[in-house]
Amino acid sequence: MAKTITITIKIWRQSGADFQGSFEKHVLESVDTDMSFLEMLDVLNEQLTLSGREPVAFDHDCREGICGMCGAVVNGTAHGPERETTLCQLHMRHFRDGQTITIEPFRAKGFPLIKDLIIDRSAFDQVIIAGGYVSVNAGSAQDGNSIPVAQANAEQAMDAAACIGCGACVAACPNAAAMLFVGAKVSQLALLPQGSPERKRRALSMVTAMDKAGFGNCSNERECENVCPKSISIRNIARLNREYLRAAFTAD
Amino acid sequence: MAQGIPFAREYGGTLANRSFGGAQVSRTFYARGQTGQQLLLGAYSAMMRQVASGKVTIYSRREMMDLVIVDGRARGIICRNLITGKLERYSAHAVVLATGGYGNVFYLSTNAMASNVTAAWRACKHGAGFANPCFVQIHPTCIPVHGDYQSKLTLMSESLRNDGRVWVPKKKHDTRPPTEIPEDERDYYLEQKYPSFGNLVPRDVASRNAKEVCDQGQGVGETGLAVYLDLQEAIKRDGLEVILKKYGNLFQMYEKITGSDPSREPMKIFPAVHYTMGGLWVDYNLMSTIDGLFVVGEANFSDHGANRLGASALMQGLADGYFVLPYSMGNYLARAGACDLSTGHKPYDKAEKAVQAATEDLLKNTRSGKKGLQTVDHYHRQLGSLLWDHCGMARNKKGLEYALNKIPEIRDDFKNNVLVPGTGQQLNQSLERAGRVSDFLEFADVMVRDALAREESCGCHLREESQTEEHEAKRDDAHYTHVAVWEYKGEGTEPALHKEQLSFENVTPSQRSYK
Ligand SMILES: Cc1cc2nc3c(=O)[nH]c(=O)nc-3n(C[C@H](O)[C@H](O)[C@H](O)COP(=O)(O)OP(=O)(O)OC[C@H]3O[C@@H](n4cnc5c(N)ncnc54)[C@H](O)[C@@H]3O)c2cc1C
Ligand code: FES
Repeated sequence: MAKTITITIKIWRQSGADFQGSFEKHVLESVDTDMSFLEMLDVLNEQLTLSGREPVAFDHDCREGICGMCGAVVNGTAHGPERETTLCQLHMRHFRDGQTITIEPFRAKGFPLIKDLIIDRSAFDQVIIAGGYVSVNAGSAQDGNSIPVAQANAEQAMDAAACIGCGACVAACPNAAAMLFVGAKVSQLALLPQGSPERKRRALSMVTAMDKAGFGNCSNERECENVCPKSISIRNIARLNREYLRAAFTAD
Repeated sequence: MAQGIPFAREYGGTLANRSFGGAQVSRTFYARGQTGQQLLLGAYSAMMRQVASGKVTIYSRREMMDLVIVDGRARGIICRNLITGKLERYSAHAVVLATGGYGNVFYLSTNAMASNVTAAWRACKHGAGFANPCFVQIHPTCIPVHGDYQSKLTLMSESLRNDGRVWVPKKKHDTRPPTEIPEDERDYYLEQKYPSFGNLVPRDVASRNAKEVCDQGQGVGETGLAVYLDLQEAIKRDGLEVILKKYGNLFQMYEKITGSDPSREPMKIFPAVHYTMGGLWVDYNLMSTIDGLFVVGEANFSDHGANRLGASALMQGLADGYFVLPYSMGNYLARAGACDLSTGHKPYDKAEKAVQAATEDLLKNTRSGKKGLQTVDHYHRQLGSLLWDHCGMARNKKGLEYALNKIPEIRDDFKNNVLVPGTGQQLNQSLERAGRVSDFLEFADVMVRDALAREESCGCHLREESQTEEHEAKRDDAHYTHVAVWEYKGEGTEPALHKEQLSFENVTPSQRSYK
């Protein structure tokens, strides 16, 4: 049954990268607990608009946890308190009546702020440009069944491919490292026969691009795995390290 | 496959298959419950390869605001830079729209929040014919609406219908929890009515039947606008582990949204707007009625007719982009020859000025102190519920005429009283939405007109006046074997209807039967 709660919101406001930001406080009454977190922000924005103020800018698109556009740090945790959940899939039933909720953007050197909760994640594009693909032209490929793939490999590749590139792993990491993201992408292609021919070059150049984009190093804090909405395992980081070393030591 | 998309495999390493709505055989390849997302990621990575090689440049966070036509040919676009608000001009030898469907005209749909009709509608206003705008697919398995703050509807993949059984209580307004309703008091209405297809009837049939049982008072949940999708029998038959392997992520998604666990309690589902078969008219080469303007994917009207079967949207998108356009575009460019690509031409000035003026108009109430203003979403919701009620799962003349009269009222109210905060020279999401809703309000008119003109039931479009004795959709091929293409004739003037006759050589259209 639907229930309502009253909450206090402390939300980050910043007009742009070159402006000072600060927290703004709002009280929201009668918040339906069946509401999603982003719907709660919609309600806040409707109120702000009608009272002549500017609404909070935040990214979102699919609102069902598959596009990777949404994301914010809620009470200190990227994507909020529920495990394996994107911000758009978080619902207000996980908050208490009278609770104060602090909402900030993902903060990382590799993700410059654009406005309020919106950040620029194009650094991830740069990493993919460096090699996150199979060099094959559409239209010329052979029948899918002519390359058998062991079911276990296909499943593991699918586990890695579930990454939606939201950037929560970077936001949660004390070093703002992107190893889980890069590990997932490298693993997916390394596990499949289609991706094998380029695996050495791919591992080397994606790691180089990752460093260049300003992401930090992994020091095994495992925070990334904890916040990942798609449960990408840090085993993918281990695989990335193996792929990288293998490539570095056996480069042609 | 070759791009590294992890399609599901059998133990022997070959591709695994499953069946989808409207099909009685397993013939669909899949990547867990996220095939579309994986195909998108595959296409994205293939595109990034082209970016790496310098063949493609991406301009992200831009919205196309208008099409520019020079000497009768589509030659460029005007974009709003969504971060700075600046208008930008881009020119090319041809323009391709891949801007998706217009399902969000209904406000609530399964589409992503940014999906809209703007690009297609602006092209239509420049002379591109809009085909079959009333053909909208309503998907049967979505999570029901639960409040007026609701911003979108979530689809539960149709694959659930393979193992799930759809039912409602036989008794009207039965408030018992589903687990307490004994087997003989359950109405498995799809299996009853359609013995051979059962729970796998096509989407429109499943959706319409759900509406029908709810209209009769057999609906469940707080609003009475839901039916049960029950996997208990499959769980008993195959074991929970097997079912979770197939649908685990869907169960998880459902539980996140509703707080109820489908492995213990049947899911509640209700139809929702999902896909638009209508779109800009294109020829065999995917070119619209404007020379040099190509339209691919859901934005065009091709391939699906009046109804779309499961999994074929992705196939169409991929075929358009990978296998048709590369060849038809080359042919066009060779034929069209060289042209002057400067963006200084008069049409660019004109288009940019018009966009500028429209933006200023949307912002005119900001800080005006005017009373009674409403937000963009307020108007969008109004339009959406009007269309859902009168141009949704079942349509009739009276309702459509009512909607046709009502749309201009909402449009005028919107024009005069919409409150868009902020300015045009900044990142302004309210302004982005206002522009899209403004176009939806214009476009809705032609959509309703199309539904009104088609006095037959056809595919997804059920005209209540045209039904068989058993209340199934009744087609009228003698009068409506055509594509309805609408030509924009200017503000305040009725659009013109052109008919493209369809001729069938190998099959004969006939009354469908899923009995
Ligand atoms: C929840 C869901 C599940 C689905 N599942 C399946 C499935 O299992 N199988 C299947 O075959 N089909 C499925 N479909 C349908 C299929 O996904 C869509 O038809 C398909 O993605 C459409 O692709 P597209 O590239 O044509 O358009 P879209 O994917 O909609 O892309 C259009 C893009 O253009 C952008 N855009 C729009 N207007 C402008 C503008 N003016 N300026 C700049 N950019 C603009 C949009 O933001 C968007 O990014 C599903 C659809 C949904 C919503
Ligand atoms: S909005 Fe798409 S993942 Fe949240």
